[in-house]
Amino acid sequence: MIEVLRAGPLTTVQDLGRPGLAHLGVGRSGAADRPSLRLANRLVGNPEDAAALETTFGGLTVRFASATTVALTGAPCPVTVGGRTRDVNAPVAVRAGEVLELGMPPAGVRTYLAVRGGLAVPPVLGARATDVLAHLGPAPLRDGDQLPTGHRAGPAPGVDVAPVRALPSQPLLRVVPGPRMDWFTPAALELLGSRRFEVTAASDRVGVRLSGPTLERSRAEELPSEGLVEGAVQVPPDGQPVVFLADHPVTGGYPVIAVVHPVDLPVVAQLRPGQSVRFAVQRPLP
Amino acid sequence: MRFLPAGYSGLLVECDDLAQVVALHRALQRTRPQGVVDLVPAALTLLLTFDASTSHARLSDTIAATDLESGDGPAQERHVTIEVTYHGADLADVAELTGIPEEEVVRRHQAAHYVVAFTGFAPGFAYVAGGDPALVVPRRSTPRTKVPAGSVALAGEFTGVYPGEGPGGWQLIGRTDAPLWDLQRDPPALLTPGTTVRFTEARP
Repeated sequence: MIEVLRAGPLTTVQDLGRPGLAHLGVGRSGAADRPSLRLANRLVGNPEDAAALETTFGGLTVRFASATTVALTGAPCPVTVGGRTRDVNAPVAVRAGEVLELGMPPAGVRTYLAVRGGLAVPPVLGARATDVLAHLGPAPLRDGDQLPTGHRAGPAPGVDVAPVRALPSQPLLRVVPGPRMDWFTPAALELLGSRRFEVTAASDRVGVRLSGPTLERSRAEELPSEGLVEGAVQVPPDGQPVVFLADHPVTGGYPVIAVVHPVDLPVVAQLRPGQSVRFAVQRPLP
Repeated sequence: MRFLPAGYSGLLVECDDLAQVVALHRALQRTRPQGVVDLVPAALTLLLTFDASTSHARLSDTIAATDLESGDGPAQERHVTIEVTYHGADLADVAELTGIPEEEVVRRHQAAHYVVAFTGFAPGFAYVAGGDPALVVPRRSTPRTKVPAGSVALAGEFTGVYPGEGPGGWQLIGRTDAPLWDLQRDPPALLTPGTTVRFTEARP
């Protein structure tokens, strides 16, 4: 059992989500930065898809009822356990009754806290992920919440610290044009691939909203709603692109000019408001 | 039919019309191609997301070779009848927009044979196609911030039923008590793509 002393700005339970239910209007959801969730689980001997906590800008404080092992990955927060500083990206032993406290990460947005055995909150449609857009899964954490822990864990891994690449300070995101690049002027794709865009404060688990040069459309008519993929770079009428993350709507009615390479999606999930980002436009897929 | 890549693991199939979307979705549900994760039907498109075991080219070939005519007839599809109280806030506007008196709007809405084309917008929200062409109306110019749960509404060629309270821009013609979204049920959505639907006036 974990007791939430301070939930921080936004902390949710996440796993690898609910793939395969889009025809019911249910999106995948799950950890916005999936490799970080997987790593946190591996570090405590959990299956990679176990449920863990995703915090936003740190600020989380929890108390553990019994001794266990935890791991923190993603945005590197300052961490203390029982008042002593601990490493991120490493298994951390916690004694019964000890308090774990996260500071604010100097880089990145989302930090993952995995607990050995996983979080055993009741699953909804086969997953424990919180979809903030569709309001599915456990509600975001509040101060005083108690979270049950499970027993799904294998042998503890024999690592001290996992090697993790630092978050890029000047991210360059690979995008492949399409599916609707023909709805834009040739200049739009050129601008997307050559100029800087700034991450705005309106970004969340649904998507990262950017501000930059206006991406002009060549077609004025309304696009009938169509299915969206994670990483889609959608351009609403104001010409300012949105990159969709884990809780993106299943369908959308604005054209998608390009899609971010799946390997670069975790970088998108860690973009901070005010940070600037560039896109490298790849050759269109055949 | 046109194949548009939607990133490295998505294929957007642009169909000739809604009927082709529905037929293709049914065909691919019957024999799901290897590696497909999600099928997302919409008004004119079907999106396939897939894993590394397949590719855009392989899926395009499979779809191009898919027979859209064969397979289950409508008799084997799910059918749902939805009881509606036709007192929606926009019924008068719909009458004015279409030039059809309110009672006739209500009659025509019940007369049609519908099929769920696709879902989206919110879990359990279905785009129900097959309505009377005379009842095609635009969305409201200013969307409501709160549409009551169970609202039965029109927009374009579709009827929609709001599973929960939320924002919405469709023209409200009535309300239903039908349980549209129930997490204890499998599937939780009452209206799934391919489900045939009739709307009937609820008895007082």
